[in-house]
Amino acid sequence: MTAITVIDEPENPLQRPPIVEGNNDFASVTSTVAGVTEAKTPRGWYVLFGISVACLLNLFACIGYLVWTGVGVWGNNNPVAWGWPIVNFVFWIGIGHAGTLISAILFLFRQKWRTAINRWSEAMTIFAVMAAGLFPAIHVGRIWVIYWVFPIPNQMGMWPNFKSPLLWDVFAVSTYFTVSFLFWYVGLVPDLATYRDRCAKAGRKVASRVYGAFALGWHGSSRHWMNYEKAYLILAGLSTPLVLSVHSIVSYDFAVSLVPGWHTTIFPPYFVAGAIFSGFGMVLSLLIPARKWLKLQDLVTLNTLDSMAKIILLTGSIVGYSYGMEFFVAWYSGSEYEQYAFMNRAFGPYCWAYWIMISCNVVTPQLCWFRRIRRSPVALFILSIFVNIGMWFERFVIVVSSLHRDFLTSSWDYFSPTLLDILTLIGSFGLFMTMFLLFCRFLPIIAISEIKGTMKAASPHSAHHGSDEAKEAHA
Amino acid sequence: MSDGKTYGAVAEFESAAAVYRAAERLVSEGYRKLDTHTPFPIHGIDTVLKQGASHVGWICAMMGLIGVAAAQLMMWWMNGYDYKIWVSGKLPYDWPPTIPITFELMVLLSAFGAVFGMLGINKLPRLHHPIFKHSTIDRVTDDRFFMSVEASDPMFDSNRTVQLLESVGGSHVELVEE
Repeated sequence: MTAITVIDEPENPLQRPPIVEGNNDFASVTSTVAGVTEAKTPRGWYVLFGISVACLLNLFACIGYLVWTGVGVWGNNNPVAWGWPIVNFVFWIGIGHAGTLISAILFLFRQKWRTAINRWSEAMTIFAVMAAGLFPAIHVGRIWVIYWVFPIPNQMGMWPNFKSPLLWDVFAVSTYFTVSFLFWYVGLVPDLATYRDRCAKAGRKVASRVYGAFALGWHGSSRHWMNYEKAYLILAGLSTPLVLSVHSIVSYDFAVSLVPGWHTTIFPPYFVAGAIFSGFGMVLSLLIPARKWLKLQDLVTLNTLDSMAKIILLTGSIVGYSYGMEFFVAWYSGSEYEQYAFMNRAFGPYCWAYWIMISCNVVTPQLCWFRRIRRSPVALFILSIFVNIGMWFERFVIVVSSLHRDFLTSSWDYFSPTLLDILTLIGSFGLFMTMFLLFCRFLPIIAISEIKGTMKAASPHSAHHGSDEAKEAHA
Repeated sequence: MSDGKTYGAVAEFESAAAVYRAAERLVSEGYRKLDTHTPFPIHGIDTVLKQGASHVGWICAMMGLIGVAAAQLMMWWMNGYDYKIWVSGKLPYDWPPTIPITFELMVLLSAFGAVFGMLGINKLPRLHHPIFKHSTIDRVTDDRFFMSVEASDPMFDSNRTVQLLESVGGSHVELVEE
């Protein structure tokens, strides 16, 4: 009798599919993941990196020109003072939320399939928050006094106003970045030790030293693991309310104001669901091509993609429900300003943006009800691009359509972005992709030690021989 | 190799189950200063090795409380005492608007407590450890499982301990120096 008997079981819905597929053992998992960075740099990487760095340089140029000239170079006008940069800020910070959801919330729910994707989603979180943090910083106009937002003494002799949601945002985003970074780094330590040992064996002394320095002398002691796992669990426990708080606080920037279309209590949960939805969209957009190019199909399985599509379906439905509920509340409130804001959204001058948003965010995720779509990487990839576009437009609709026609009719105006606005958005993608490509090239993109822990042979009570293993699977 | 300089004996095992069984055996023989070194955490081995509970949680809780206190003190002193800001008819200091920042600082300092507390308890970063002198230890981050018995264990005896490690299935049993 061999392990194959396990498969002979009639489909048992309680039996989870294995996380790692194919004929893999611990060593092959290590070499599959490490092989990505040890192999000769593929030509495609240079091409993508070249494009990304070009976009990044363009970002620097845009910021330089902006600081030199002033915010008049943007399309921001008097009613729409927030304009394009805040749209981009909310877009990027939302994308960041998937990483923490995968690393923290799914960890607490013991969703083991997360191990295949948590590392790069966490990396994506960090890079997305970097891109996000840039926009409010350059949006203040006089970037050289940005330190006024921090509680440190300044030449005005006064302190920041802690009653302002914009200041809450400063604390939320910087805490979010720091904690996400720590979470990511703590997860990396054992894998960096793997890289250290592999480089030493391959005679790559400098690389081994560098990885070794960041691996902090890790040698897998069970005493270390015990404290490590405790710290990891605590970080997951802290990050779970943190991730919910960050986008809630971002939504307070809107909801605490009195602008029609913003001043609603539905905003925090609606923003959080949208953030996770957009983040999963971005993870899928990056993961699906990378999984194929880097030949990681055994580790990032179709089951993982299937589970991610289900989360897209869930959060996409919450987002769709929120859109409907906003209209209901506007009608039910009896406030004519609120009612006008929503009619104006759907049928006013920005209706094109509104309907792009609806078709991408409400219609597209519903396709995930079909198993064939959930298990088709190509279909999911296309779907995820729609989600990214739709979620960018959601922020555009919220920011621009509410502001461009507020209480004072005489100040109504139409906002359109300038070329510089568009180039800056492209530049922020350059920043994100440059960081992401460097990460893919030099760091373990899959959590090696975590994924090993999900394999059957990792159990201290599993035996090596097929018959015992099969017995255990039946038990 | 003089005994005074020996750090301990280190053995290699093929599987998580093997090192787990070996740990049970050595503990039942009376060894206390032993440790396992594995590519991933083996669940339940901390109980076998009688390691006790982790103290990371306490450090984290303390830091969280400090975060709450620091946030409240900062906002009260800055907005309610040192330079009162009267805006939209609200009190310069009142607790409801302080909640978001208090929460964020609590999370931030707790996270510092968890990470740096964990590193502190584990005595990391560390430039060198005697176990790295073992000949096949580089596989500890790949697919092999190791057990070390420190020479300071009262039961330790270079010959007997090595024999015992071999008899429980250990290979590459070596004495490593400090």
